[in-house]
Amino acid sequence: MDKPLLEVRNLKTCFYTEDGVVPAIEDVSFSLGKGETIGIVGESGSGKSVTALSVMRLIPYPPGKIECGEIIFKGENLLAKRMDEMRRIRGNDIAMIFQEPMTSLNPVLTVGQQIAEAIQLHQQLGREDARDKAVSMLKSVGIPSPQRRVDDYPHQMSGGMRQRVMIAMALSCNPELLIADEPTTALDVTVQAQILELMMALKDDLGASVMLITHDLGVIAETADRVIVMYAGKVMENAGVKELFRRPAHPYTVGLLGSIPNLDEDRARLQSIDGIVPSPFDMPKGCRFHPRCSLAMDICRNEEPGFVSIADGHDVRCWKYA
Amino acid sequence: MAEALLEVKDLVKHFPTKSKGMFSKRTGVVKAVDGVSFSIKRGETLGLVGESGCGKSTTGRLILRLIEPTSGEVAFDGTDVRGLGKRDLRALRREMQIVFQDPYASLNPRMTVGQIVGEPLDVHGVPNGGGKQQRIQELLDVVGLSAYHAGRYPHEFSGGQRQRIGIARALAVNPKLIVCDEPVSALDVSIQAQVINLLQDLQANLGLTYLFIAHDLSVVKHISDRVAVMYLGGLVELASKEALYRSPMHPYTQALLSAVPVPDPERKKHRILLEGEIPSPINPPSGCRFHPRCPHAQEICSAEDPAFTEVETGHFIACHRSRERAFRCLSPKGRTVAKRLTTSTLA
Ligand SMILES: Nc1ncnc2c1ncn2[C@@H]1O[C@H](COP(=O)(O)OP(=O)(O)OP(=O)(O)O)[C@@H](O)[C@H]1O
Ligand code: SF4
Ligand SMILES: [Mg+2]
Repeated sequence: MDKPLLEVRNLKTCFYTEDGVVPAIEDVSFSLGKGETIGIVGESGSGKSVTALSVMRLIPYPPGKIECGEIIFKGENLLAKRMDEMRRIRGNDIAMIFQEPMTSLNPVLTVGQQIAEAIQLHQQLGREDARDKAVSMLKSVGIPSPQRRVDDYPHQMSGGMRQRVMIAMALSCNPELLIADEPTTALDVTVQAQILELMMALKDDLGASVMLITHDLGVIAETADRVIVMYAGKVMENAGVKELFRRPAHPYTVGLLGSIPNLDEDRARLQSIDGIVPSPFDMPKGCRFHPRCSLAMDICRNEEPGFVSIADGHDVRCWKYA
Repeated sequence: MAEALLEVKDLVKHFPTKSKGMFSKRTGVVKAVDGVSFSIKRGETLGLVGESGCGKSTTGRLILRLIEPTSGEVAFDGTDVRGLGKRDLRALRREMQIVFQDPYASLNPRMTVGQIVGEPLDVHGVPNGGGKQQRIQELLDVVGLSAYHAGRYPHEFSGGQRQRIGIARALAVNPKLIVCDEPVSALDVSIQAQVINLLQDLQANLGLTYLFIAHDLSVVKHISDRVAVMYLGGLVELASKEALYRSPMHPYTQALLSAVPVPDPERKKHRILLEGEIPSPINPPSGCRFHPRCPHAQEICSAEDPAFTEVETGHFIACHRSRERAFRCLSPKGRTVAKRLTTSTLA
């Protein structure tokens, strides 16, 4: 097998807040092959965004700090890179798309100026040429009348169009890895369908790998090759997408799948998971899921389970399988 | 006793807008709700779905008279609520309550949970006599909180718990109708399921009637008996949930349903990708509001507004081509096959 494009090993990132230390993610490991799409799913606060920002080395310091682990990208450890090297990698090899494009676009520049700027970072182009390139990129991401739209300011565009602009900018450098953090969460479902289709088609054209973060299991099912399920800062399950939906193993994954109403199925009652996500200041001892787990045993309350492999490429962090 | 608990007819709400042009200061109107009619039977749940800005929430607020309609009728339990004076309106408010989307913004942070839940009791009195404190405890119990929560403040609660507090408050005065405006949209999936189950239990035990407003088509399908689909201020389709999800007839409903990601990686879906985006309600398209994006539009569609017509028993649609067979061809799994008609934005 080819070497993976990205390999994350035992990553731990903490935030030093006034109220104490938040271990936002701990012992996070996964790998991503070339051209592959990995979905990261989990509830609010489970550490999805911190994982993505850590890979980009964009964790604000202070209060945040990557404590330990390795992020091997194309054979090199990103944690050993200087900031200027990281900036170059972010401009050329790894690109990121966020949930709310408004916060990542500059409100006082036209979208054309911003795209041109992004292009000029890694291509020697004059102003006119960069503008032409911006127009053709707007066209390629499906923005109608790009000649006119290129002079729009972000606030003159709808959420869907702004996300298209973000995609155009992210892909302008032909990145090998695209990290998308809830790229469609703020959008309506018909616009979401357009954006996902666009993103995945462009990704295929470029042969890029994608790390797609979402809380929507439907989006995961339709786009990912491999899935990691996060809960309270830890990876609970890691499996191929078909395997995960066909044979979910971790009680949390099973509960999540039971919690969502499905358009194709009728259920009188949703399964639901009792209780709530623990506070990061008050992590339960043992398995972090045990207070909400209907299968919890004595050992679950006292000792943290390790990651065990239950099938080829299917790993679970649960005592039931240890 | 009227069969329908709520009857809405030709409801219209136009909000004035000030658009400052370069040379002129024009005022226009946002046609937020533009002629909506439906009814809700006692004890049923009517789902109202549509994308952001289509007028769902405004419709909910008009029904409760939190805002005044521009025109149209709302009849609750056989009484036209438009002409009601202050006193009658207050009595009406006891019968209709609302649960809001944002469990963070909708609760007063300076009031204890007991005060929040008890407030409607101060206004309307405790139903069937009885003590106020006892009623508050009862309500907290019903929504799965405990009596000791009464002395705490909203910020001490999680999103799902706050939504329970909002529900307890809505239940305080024994309403008949609850308008649920995106009650679970802000919640994580596992908590969402808890709140949905709670709403269903309460309906079964208390005989409540719901108007359930949401943009999540899977959630609406799960909880509703009938479903209405809204687009740009108007209803485009209304049917029993079985009919609507199995054989959607309006091209917009078909596209909307086809766009929902299904949590099953082995299921290949035919997706109808709509072109463009929802037009502005300030200047909605002529004729059928959906015609600029509709894969089936014909000449008449841009000229005439299609009537909301009952094409099968209980199945209403607003489409000039509603009677054509092509709209009803179904796949074995029950989803419309529309591949032939697929339009792609990438083309
Ligand atoms: N700047 C920060 N300061 C302090 N704590 C932080 C900061 N950023 C994140 N955290 C904490 O890290 C943990 C993981 O957060 P993260 O944003 O990764 O969650 P998430 O899975 O992306 O959630 P969501 O679905 O809400 O986006 C949380 O406990 C969060 O409160
Ligand atoms: S380790 Fe124990 S508590 Fe944790 S998920 Fe497995 S069975 Fe449940
Ligand atoms: Mg996040």
